[in-house]
Amino acid sequence: MPHHLSLSALSKALHSKKISSVELCTHYLQRIREATSLNAFISIDEEQAMLSAKQADQRIQRGLATPLTGIPLAHKDNICTRVSRTTCGSKMLANFTAPYDATVVQRLAAEGCVMLGKTNLDEFAMGSSNETSFFGPVSNPWQLDSVPGGSSGGSAAAVAARLAPFTTGSDTGGSIRQPASLCGVTGLKPTYGLISRYGLVAYASSFDQIGLIAPSAEDIAFILPTIAGFDELDATSLSCKIPNYMETLNNPIRSLRIGLPECFFHPEVGEPIQNAVWDAISVLKDAGATFVKVNLEHYAHWISCYYALACAEASSNLTRYDGIRYGHRSNTQGASLRDWITHSRTEGFGPEVKRRILTGTYILSSERFNTHYLQAQKVRHLISLELQEILSYVDVLLGPTTPSLAFPIGAAAANPLICQLSDIFTVAANLAGLPAISVPIGFQKELPIGMQLMGSHLGEATLLQIAHAYQSITDWHSKIPAGYSSAQPGAKS
Amino acid sequence: MIWDTVIGLEVHAQLNTKTKLFSNAPSLFGASPNSQANIIDAGFPGTLPVFNEAALHMALQFAIAIQAQINQLSYFERKNYVYPDLPKGYQISQFRRPLIHDGHITILDQENNPLRVEITHAHLEEDAGKLLHTQYETSVDLNRAGIPLLEIVTAPCLRSAADVVTYLKTLNQLLRFLNICDGNMQEGSFRCDVNLSLKRPGSETLGTRVELKNLNSYRFIEKAIGFEQKRQASLLEANQPVIQETRLFHEATNTTAAMRDKENVNDYRYFPDPDLLPIFIEEHVLQHLKAQMPELPLQIRERLQNQDEITHSEDLDYLLSSPALIRYYDACKQYTQAPSKLLLNWLKGPLTAALKDANQSFATLTITPEQFGSLLTHIENRSISDKVGKDILLQLFKTNQTVETLITHSGYQAQPIDFKALKTQLFAEFPKQIAQYQAGDQKILTFLMGQAMKLTHGQADPKDLHALLVEAFRVD
Repeated sequence: MPHHLSLSALSKALHSKKISSVELCTHYLQRIREATSLNAFISIDEEQAMLSAKQADQRIQRGLATPLTGIPLAHKDNICTRVSRTTCGSKMLANFTAPYDATVVQRLAAEGCVMLGKTNLDEFAMGSSNETSFFGPVSNPWQLDSVPGGSSGGSAAAVAARLAPFTTGSDTGGSIRQPASLCGVTGLKPTYGLISRYGLVAYASSFDQIGLIAPSAEDIAFILPTIAGFDELDATSLSCKIPNYMETLNNPIRSLRIGLPECFFHPEVGEPIQNAVWDAISVLKDAGATFVKVNLEHYAHWISCYYALACAEASSNLTRYDGIRYGHRSNTQGASLRDWITHSRTEGFGPEVKRRILTGTYILSSERFNTHYLQAQKVRHLISLELQEILSYVDVLLGPTTPSLAFPIGAAAANPLICQLSDIFTVAANLAGLPAISVPIGFQKELPIGMQLMGSHLGEATLLQIAHAYQSITDWHSKIPAGYSSAQPGAKS
Repeated sequence: MIWDTVIGLEVHAQLNTKTKLFSNAPSLFGASPNSQANIIDAGFPGTLPVFNEAALHMALQFAIAIQAQINQLSYFERKNYVYPDLPKGYQISQFRRPLIHDGHITILDQENNPLRVEITHAHLEEDAGKLLHTQYETSVDLNRAGIPLLEIVTAPCLRSAADVVTYLKTLNQLLRFLNICDGNMQEGSFRCDVNLSLKRPGSETLGTRVELKNLNSYRFIEKAIGFEQKRQASLLEANQPVIQETRLFHEATNTTAAMRDKENVNDYRYFPDPDLLPIFIEEHVLQHLKAQMPELPLQIRERLQNQDEITHSEDLDYLLSSPALIRYYDACKQYTQAPSKLLLNWLKGPLTAALKDANQSFATLTITPEQFGSLLTHIENRSISDKVGKDILLQLFKTNQTVETLITHSGYQAQPIDFKALKTQLFAEFPKQIAQYQAGDQKILTFLMGQAMKLTHGQADPKDLHALLVEAFRVD
């Protein structure tokens, strides 16, 4: 069945005409239809997908195909596309269709990838449970009454249930790695600037980074070169040579040094998670990697530093949603334009987004700028320096992706801190702009456990190499939730 | 009671780059609404700004011209506020570390003494859009949104409306000669806000300042300053405080009035724009720009005085009234040996008049410097008369033929006059008048000159003719 194949195997099947893109898309669209109860998608455009698939098949027929031609995917719904609306999971943009394609969308489409639809997410990517979406929560395919994590919850759930061979996501504080971990799939947040942000609706610009979610590291290595690289439309994108990640994937990891930060193993991290991570460490040790204990002194400041700065940037980035040019416009006008804008924003934004806008506005106010914003920037600098220094003598840092597993839908409403704490290990990579990957390493009962590897600047090849080495020995990444393995998902086996 | 006026100015100059500060949309003035704006200018979700370095180079040339300090490392910040003509909800500007600081422009005050106007800083920022109000609705035009502005801020070092206007004219001229701003106040490419306060004569302490806006001509600036001086003086004399506020000038009444309170209190929450990299000025870029600096108004003035011996300040001001004019003047000099004074007079007189009639300017003039230079050579050599010269000038507006061709084909060539025949004719037709002249009536010669001109169909050179007539009527 095609949804059990790796991307390179799918590519081979397409090129040897064992399967057509039309057949492949039909297969996935059928799966998506049967799994609507997951609520992983906000928009599905079957007609457009079939049209693109036909074009991809023609391209393959004419011998003009590239390795990605004909492979379906889904984009997170905060990445702008011409063909479907881009809602950001918000009432504010519920009817917004972008007049342009994001650079990642354009680059994948140019290769002949076929977009199946747009995946659900926390509103404006703010959240860690996918429950803040205006379009409702997403179910974790491993346990339907649990959250898939967030904010790229739809993208991770879709890959876990094999509703798409791979998906794009965005990661501001852990929004790719945390849901990948909670859904038992592989998720990469690249180095800040490796992938153009043009067309990604901004949450916190200096943290936001587009990345990939797929079953395996090999799949990610297969796609990454296509979307990585300088884009003249994004001033913060990096001008660097993009390696062929597939080529280095099988390099031995014997010479590699892996750092184990003590803070990642504190007692609040559940025992099953600790055990799974130690098992993974043994696997990598057996494969020849060297482990060293390291100390991250600034760990205690990661979360507060992240929230201070991300909210500050968000408060400015989201000012444009005033209902004047596009987006939700209130029927209540009030006495002035100011009132009207206030009504539109009050109705258009959910509580989490409002909370972050208010927090950020406070942090940037002239009375608080020096004590909060500036101080947080200094702390961010120190955090970056510390990580850079440690990553100059170890190749990667390793630990659990999250301190706890997927929690029940509704639990975060009672205790919003659950969400904030689930980012506790992931925000560092965003604070320092470093690449990090989450890899499935086991289960507690039905719920997946993930391990995070954080690398040095532009160290994606090493991350993928280690993750692949691990996945060559283990098979956690190829496990599919019950009910989604067979041809017809949803039919519980 | 006498009060000292203290004025500082903020000028917003639109830089005439081909595209906007952060997008590749064109920036033409007067185009139909929203035709000069793209999704970046409109702040569409997901779009990002990309810095137009042409604006940076222009700003740096200005810095060099005013001998300012340049921050090798500066950065853009977001100025956050909500207004319908500001699509992103923030203006990308500079605040804590502007590109340029501590420069100066020297002007001549009313007593012709040099006055050094300190420019505390100048920075780059993007312009906002415009609201168009009708009776029923308000529309947003984003054509102006994102046009690069250079904000140029002076110290509170000006004392009078006259000095303010002199400074603004000098600055305007400098920007135009640097070719970085067209300086057009009506179209809003050169805008000025005035900060004004009063203090006791000799006092070191500045009074509370008021910011004046909506001043789109030099005359309005003078009026607004005059009104504000009186208003603040009468407040102070009545022992009432001056409130720090922004006041709008109303041209219908020549008065100023405070903006509504809500618009006055704004916490802009400036912070570095995370979408843009800091601006780092490489030394070689600066050296390159220095080497490419155009000749500036003060240098041109000196050159005209020393090399071309043009000394009247009125003439110098005229030649420096636009870069196109001085370029034309300089170009013409390459094609004619005629003295500068003759060239100046013909530019100032006949050509300027003809341009006005043709609704053209030196920037759009189609007569080449070669044509105009050659015309002046003929006038200087007296091979054609001034009158013929003016006729040919008008023809040059419609044709690209050479002056020589026009002279030959139109029969303008000063024909050797058959003076004998002319003399006979004059004595035959005007014996009385000649007799009168010979009897000592000098005035009648003007009449006789006119008649002689008529008989030669205007082709005689007036000077030559005058000499000939005097000779012919001489009584030996």
